[in-house]
Amino acid sequence: MAIESEVLVIGGGLAGLTSALAAARAGADVRLVSAKQSTLRHASGLVDVLGYTPDGDGPISNPYDAIPDLPDDHPYRTVGAETVREALALFDDAVPSYRGSHTDANALLPTHGGTVKPTARYPAGASAGVASDPRETLLVGFESSVDFDALRAAAHLDAAGVPFDVRGATVRFPGDLRADAKVTRYAALLDANREVTVGGRQRPVREALAERVKPDLGDAERVGFPAVLGDDDPAGVRESLGDELGAAVFEVPMGPPSLPGLRLEDALFDALDDAGVGIETGNPVVDFDGGDAVERVYVEKNGARIPNAADQYVLATGGLVGTGVDSDREGVREPVFDCHVEHPDDRYEWFEDEAFGDHRFPRFGVSTDSGLRPETADGNVEFANLRAAGSVLGGYDFAAEKSGGGVSIATGYAAGRRAAEAVR
Amino acid sequence: MPAPHVAVVGGGSTGAGVARDLAMRGFDVTLVERGNLTHGTTGRMHGLLHSGARYAVADRASARECIEENRVLRDIAGHCVEDTGGLFVKRPEDSEEYFEEKLRGCEACDIPAEVVAGEAARAMEPHLAADVEKAIAVPDAAVDPFRLVVANAASAEEHGARIETHSEVTDVLVEGGEVVGLEVAHDSGPGKHVHGREGCTEELRVDHVVNATGAWAGRVGDMAGVDVDVRPSKGVMTITNVRQVDTVLNRCRPKGDADILVPHETTAILGTTDVEVDDPEDYPEEQWEVDRLIAELSELVPMLADARTIRSFWGVRPLYEPPDVDSDDPTDVTRDFFLLDHAERDDLPGMTTVVGGKFTTYRLMAEDVADHVCETFGVDADCRTADVPLPGSEEVSVLRDYVDEFGLRSPIGQRSVERLGSRADDVLDTDGPNPVVCDCEGVTRAEVRDAISQSGSDLNALRIRTRASMGNCQGGLCCHRLAGELHDAGGYDEATVRAAWDELLQERWKGQRHALWGEQLSQAALNYALHAATQNRDSDPADGDGIDFSAFDSGPRATRTDGGQHGD
Repeated sequence: MAIESEVLVIGGGLAGLTSALAAARAGADVRLVSAKQSTLRHASGLVDVLGYTPDGDGPISNPYDAIPDLPDDHPYRTVGAETVREALALFDDAVPSYRGSHTDANALLPTHGGTVKPTARYPAGASAGVASDPRETLLVGFESSVDFDALRAAAHLDAAGVPFDVRGATVRFPGDLRADAKVTRYAALLDANREVTVGGRQRPVREALAERVKPDLGDAERVGFPAVLGDDDPAGVRESLGDELGAAVFEVPMGPPSLPGLRLEDALFDALDDAGVGIETGNPVVDFDGGDAVERVYVEKNGARIPNAADQYVLATGGLVGTGVDSDREGVREPVFDCHVEHPDDRYEWFEDEAFGDHRFPRFGVSTDSGLRPETADGNVEFANLRAAGSVLGGYDFAAEKSGGGVSIATGYAAGRRAAEAVR
Repeated sequence: MPAPHVAVVGGGSTGAGVARDLAMRGFDVTLVERGNLTHGTTGRMHGLLHSGARYAVADRASARECIEENRVLRDIAGHCVEDTGGLFVKRPEDSEEYFEEKLRGCEACDIPAEVVAGEAARAMEPHLAADVEKAIAVPDAAVDPFRLVVANAASAEEHGARIETHSEVTDVLVEGGEVVGLEVAHDSGPGKHVHGREGCTEELRVDHVVNATGAWAGRVGDMAGVDVDVRPSKGVMTITNVRQVDTVLNRCRPKGDADILVPHETTAILGTTDVEVDDPEDYPEEQWEVDRLIAELSELVPMLADARTIRSFWGVRPLYEPPDVDSDDPTDVTRDFFLLDHAERDDLPGMTTVVGGKFTTYRLMAEDVADHVCETFGVDADCRTADVPLPGSEEVSVLRDYVDEFGLRSPIGQRSVERLGSRADDVLDTDGPNPVVCDCEGVTRAEVRDAISQSGSDLNALRIRTRASMGNCQGGLCCHRLAGELHDAGGYDEATVRAAWDELLQERWKGQRHALWGEQLSQAALNYALHAATQNRDSDPADGDGIDFSAFDSGPRATRTDGGQHGD
């Protein structure tokens, strides 16, 4: 007997989670299955909507203004600007700790690389760091934390022309963390505000850290740290540090493993729990039955194939990074339903010679009809009851456009809503 | 009388070897290389230290040289050599006759060789194909060409040589029918400059010029007005993300195409093809070459068919044959080296060219060149390069002791010590934290900083010294970290650091282009996302026009802590 639901969402990234939430809030009975840890832990935790046009113009201050001019096959054109707004409203409601909803304008956030990037929604923890805020800034790095070099990042931000004075300082993190301690070790220590030994004296770690920063503070009104400031209680960590320093405290988003990404994932899973979505993670969908429509899919669990049946399916398995799009020397495919993925036959046409050239591979993915249903090479709907959302969609380059989060949320929302409508 | 001043052109194995030898014999030496050390052919080899067995049938003179130099390099460059051993593997379709010939050839050339049954070979190398019949075990080894050349250059410097990288010869100065020096353009710009005079053209007047530019020797010859007819031949090599074998595997058959697999650090290198090209700089890098390597070598090690490859690269052999031979097929051209004495050959005193040859015999080639230069100047000095260990290899026998001494039981510590050889003490004994900067290759901050002190602001030069950014992720996770070290420890300004960072990123991308399918395409997509989406390095505002910051969100409110909620 198959496990049954009205809507089955495959994939636990931003698109899948949004899709399940949207479908559940529209009244459907929803299950979500995901193969493994989502790529959210690789991502910075910022939610970009559209920072640059496909032609490279930008940074754009208002993404909604630019959507109508995008190419026809862009996922935003498929769902429309109004749906993007609705989807973000759902996101804002589900993840109230994020900022940016007060304006249509993009924010420019400092990156751990030292640049700024345009983004539409950002964690409260990054909020005091926005680059259009003119307050004098101190960036603080930790001696053994190689991912964030505060001195270099400060110099880089200065070169990027930010409208504030910015300096960097490197301090030794109090306590005896190993030289290559993981970000979660810092976070756990700060969450618990454990006592550490500094100069032979026991002190709470937040206080000890602030003491180390103070000599470099000068007139800085805000202080940026690498994104390790707590996992369970980041607001509390920032508040204590801010009180000690007499300055606003923010985190600079980083690469993997990304605490802001993990926190976002947690917040969305909480929202799904509240909405009554059944969730099963850690097991991949490996096969399906069906002809014109998907009848059931098989989830592989401890070597067994468990059938999961639903009326409507949402494919949100990610792109090349999340392996929702797969390739070998012969070609590119969508591995779960074998949906068509258009790509040049010659794999040397998949990329350009420059690292940041106008590559074809970032745009690999399924193409869909207006209802987000994947289409075959000759334009027919692959399955009547399958919709796709997020990076498994082709036709856009989320990295160049800075549109990853927005496309995932907008298409996830649209696919979830439509799936729910179809079962009502 | 001051020592004669010799300019060596070319910073590959031969040039660095010549510079070391001449410097040790008391010459005043300047080496000029237009890129990094190993920039040309040397940095693009398969990392095989030949036992000579490969040439034991067709070219016994080369075979004898190889085994001799193989032994020398184990003595003087132990920290660059991994004693993997090698196997010449026979499949059912390979000729028994050739197998026997190979054995006899090894014996004739004094190359230790032993027949190993198929089962025993598979016991040594479990991934060997099930139908491999038997093999010949020979003392092949793996060698790190970067480390070796850097050590030669370091030794030359210790003996007073001047080593100039990023310095291109733009003219050979000929006066009164004699070569009297070089015109050298020192590169300028962030991330380029390493040692000397940045951004200027230098007239380098010397007593003798050694042209050790390999496949590029014809160009230097042209500048001097002499013909050096090098026949450049390209070969592709592909690197896998893991090391499927611990022994060098060779296919035991006459023609050598796509038939070598060399374990190299954490990876394995598949090699190689042999196709003559017109221009050593500009030749097609073709998909079929990579596909061919994988197809052919899968016959020896079937799992290679589905292996994850992390990049491919092409090298250009500096093949040379005397004008009267004229082979049609590059695989027929001898691997011997030739010393062209332009005084005798072209009536142009003041310059010597060395062409042909193999990496394994670089030292011997250098010795011949240095002997010749000594003779030219009537200098009586013995070659000592076969006896004096290279920097880092003075005490290689005690490598294991270092591991104990530093308490470095982890694989990272052990690999650091192996990379650094006898310099481990100085480099690893640091007061500050020593975190890992490159996770894939386990390269620590101390090693990175040591390399910066040697190689300046050039992150590619740092890369070849440390292996940082050469693993699975191809720099995806460590390029910005290396940039940070360059800024903070190296003291380079932000613009220089950013340019060096871009250059490394581009260099890492270049080789991956030939490996972009399957997992490595996913990795490349992740790297692209990390650099472009997470860091916005593709539209870096520091590289572009100014931004109107006032047009963007300045934050919901400017409270001190922004009142975040639990769990944000």
